[in-house]
Amino acid sequence: MRLSHFEYRVPKTLEEAIELLESGGPDARLMAGGTDLLMKMKHGAIKPKLVISLKKIDGLDTIAFSEKTGLTIGATALLADVASHPDIIKHYPAVAEAARGTANVQVRNMGTVVGNLCNASPAADNAPTLLAMGTTVHIQGAGGKRDLPLEQFFKGPGLTALKGAEIVTALTVPLPPLNAGAAYLSLSARGKLDCTAVGVAAMVTMKKDVCDDLRLFIAACGPTPLRAPGAEEIMRGKTPADDLLERAGEQAAGEASPINDLRASADYRTRVVAVLTSRVIKEASKRALKR
Amino acid sequence: MKQVITLSVNGDPYTVAVHPWQTLNEVLRENLNLTGVKLGCGEGDCGACTVLVDGRAVSSCLSLAVEMEGKEILTVEGLAPSGETLHPIQEAFIEKGAIQCGFCTCGMEMAALHLLEKNPSPTEAEIREGIAGNLCRCTGYAKIVEAIAAAAEKMRESSERKSS
Ligand SMILES: Cc1cc2nc3c(=O)[nH]c(=O)nc-3n(C[C@H](O)[C@H](O)[C@H](O)COP(=O)(O)OP(=O)(O)OC[C@H]3O[C@@H](n4cnc5c(N)ncnc54)[C@H](O)[C@@H]3O)c2cc1C
Ligand code: FES
Ligand code: FES
Repeated sequence: MRLSHFEYRVPKTLEEAIELLESGGPDARLMAGGTDLLMKMKHGAIKPKLVISLKKIDGLDTIAFSEKTGLTIGATALLADVASHPDIIKHYPAVAEAARGTANVQVRNMGTVVGNLCNASPAADNAPTLLAMGTTVHIQGAGGKRDLPLEQFFKGPGLTALKGAEIVTALTVPLPPLNAGAAYLSLSARGKLDCTAVGVAAMVTMKKDVCDDLRLFIAACGPTPLRAPGAEEIMRGKTPADDLLERAGEQAAGEASPINDLRASADYRTRVVAVLTSRVIKEASKRALKR
Repeated sequence: MKQVITLSVNGDPYTVAVHPWQTLNEVLRENLNLTGVKLGCGEGDCGACTVLVDGRAVSSCLSLAVEMEGKEILTVEGLAPSGETLHPIQEAFIEKGAIQCGFCTCGMEMAALHLLEKNPSPTEAEIREGIAGNLCRCTGYAKIVEAIAAAAEKMRESSERKSS
């Protein structure tokens, strides 16, 4: 399994990378960690003529936190560094846990959080939590810069809202309110190692013991990570008691549209969505009350 | 077109001309004859090809050699450079019987080294997480986990001896 032949370039600036991407057209691919890209090339799914590495662009690997602007995760920030960053563990534990639950040690030392999103797998382990927490995607292209809510970023399996020669430069995750908590739970055949069969993330905002707001996202149960607005509505304004959590779980299972594949059957996925949904809302509300 | 890269492998400097599509695994095995670096799945799943790049465990089968300019690579051959005295991780693998066919061993030991350098006293769960990317078809893992715990103890003792 050797790689098909390609030209490799390492631009030093974003402008240079955008120019290369524009001139290469559909034959050019960006590479961050390469853990998805090189796999697809080994399988012969794609045969790019030009591979553009983002790794030598200054400042793109930032991980920065401030109370005001929240968390910034740069395009080449590694999964391993997001998983172990003290500010992320402290203020965004669910983001760190999702990164730590992605793949294995070696892949986390190569792959990036932004690459995980740009690859646009419906099963991307970092997507649900970042969606639940209201992440913004920063994009730069030949026409300039734009910002997009992550909720509008995924368009289908392997498809994103990126147009032409656009590059995701960073993500920002706002600091959740003091009375909010987030959590991510996933299930797959080999523990956390292989591709997730079902993943569910929740961000719950509590007012005393009442769920004031909920954002709920499901991975690997549709063409993109999905939101479950019906389940969210069931919880709003109510105390997260067990019977209500169960109802929200069933509602979320109804909102998911899973398929049969080698990782799990659609029927199994539907049942697991119900269970994980009630567990993850419970965990997120517990965290909200603790903060 | 080939590109010339300069890198350090097991402490020795190398200058190699590589094609952009050559993986680090291919260059280590084929150009530098470091066949302790194994090739198993070639897809990041099995860990047999694990090496350290600037101290981090990575899959050499999913890394491009051209990206290694200026990097320090450590392979299993660099664990016991003299070829006489073994590294504590290697000693522990032998003592605990953590090797059967041996195909996974080199990658396992490199993953273990990465773990123990970050976390000198790992719990059993942390050891298992540390080698989660390394498959072994023979041992059933129990003896590998024991060996890494024993190696951790050896390495702690020798660093205490050095510092006292
Ligand atoms: C053994 C193994 C296990 C895995 N397990 C998991 C798992 O458990 N969960 C999971 O979610 N994933 C898993 N993956 C998939 C992969 O490792 C992750 O998706 C990883 O985060 C991808 O990051 P990367 O930097 O390597 O991306 P790359 O491969 O570099 O890029 C991925 C795609 O995004 C594009 N891209 C990258 N950066 C940008 C950018 N800044 N702007 C625009 N486009 C960009 C690339 O062109 C490419 O198409 C696994 C992979 C392997 C090999
Ligand atoms: S050969 Fe690289 S992970 Fe299997
Ligand atoms: S000893 Fe044979 S694969 Fe591990």
